[in-house]
Amino acid sequence: MEEKLRLYIGISIAVLGMCMMAYGISRGEMSVVMIKATNICLECIGIG
Amino acid sequence: MDKKKKMSEWPRHRIQVLWALLTNSYVTGFVQGKLYKGKLKNLCVPGLNCYSCPGALGACPIGALQAVIGSWNFKLAFYAAGFLMFIGALMGRFVCGWLCPFGLLQDLLHKIPFPKKLETFRGDMLLRKLKYVILAVFVILLPMFLVDIVGQGAPYFCKLICPAGTLEGGLPLVILNLSLRSAIGWLYAWKIVILAVTILLSILIYRPFCKYICPLGAIYSLFNPISVFRYHVDRDRCISCGACSRVCKMQIEPAFHANHMECIRCGQCKKVCPTGAIYSGEMNSA
Repeated sequence: MEEKLRLYIGISIAVLGMCMMAYGISRGEMSVVMIKATNICLECIGIG
Repeated sequence: MDKKKKMSEWPRHRIQVLWALLTNSYVTGFVQGKLYKGKLKNLCVPGLNCYSCPGALGACPIGALQAVIGSWNFKLAFYAAGFLMFIGALMGRFVCGWLCPFGLLQDLLHKIPFPKKLETFRGDMLLRKLKYVILAVFVILLPMFLVDIVGQGAPYFCKLICPAGTLEGGLPLVILNLSLRSAIGWLYAWKIVILAVTILLSILIYRPFCKYICPLGAIYSLFNPISVFRYHVDRDRCISCGACSRVCKMQIEPAFHANHMECIRCGQCKKVCPTGAIYSGEMNSA
């Protein structure tokens, strides 16, 4: 029973994660990630 | 010989290598010293994979998290946090063991022979809490609150700590790009030192970066106890021989804590169990 409960919790959190992703995408967070990821991140490589 | 073959870690390493190559397959980037700018970069990869690596096709989730937290107009990162929750809830630290290029590097470095490997030491388990402090301070709090005049925070973990960024992005880009080479200074030197220390320690200690530093491992570890992919122990079959504890390089006791936060799901405990008491998924495969 406890294992089943853990499974349901895991699935619920995965679904919640997907909803959060969708909300983040809808408010434009993906473009921030895209801009950061497609330009050389000077901080990441130890220059900025 | 059969036992040696059964316990071999190379099947897992092959998947790690394949995943690392697949997610860093923009060959033009390595030739020209430029980054991939296609739409796949919108998406995060599950492991620690710097998006400033010339070959990277996806975005680093820790970098993405800091980028949005540090942006002047967002602060709360639903996209990256949701992605981490989704992956964590499904797989937990399976990502660390199978889908992280920096984990692969440490795995391989630890295979280099050394007279005395350090399995554990006094304060080992306490030091593993450090990754949660690093997650809270360098990934969340500093980018959120230590901001410039327009409210923009820097990705402090990437900037001050991350050796994966130095290895995957810093070294190749500086080698390939003359203008970047002329811009290196104390920060670059500092990050090279961190990378060198990580490499040396990885020969001595199994996955020191994953155990003590990695904020991504810290996040996924929180999901290990409830992740859909998980280990089970059949208590009727377990003979308490301790073989699983002895083979575990993360120094946990799989027979008693099969879904411990430090477990990276390498599967060695499953392989070594003489009675097949440890299994993954819903069905007992033994």
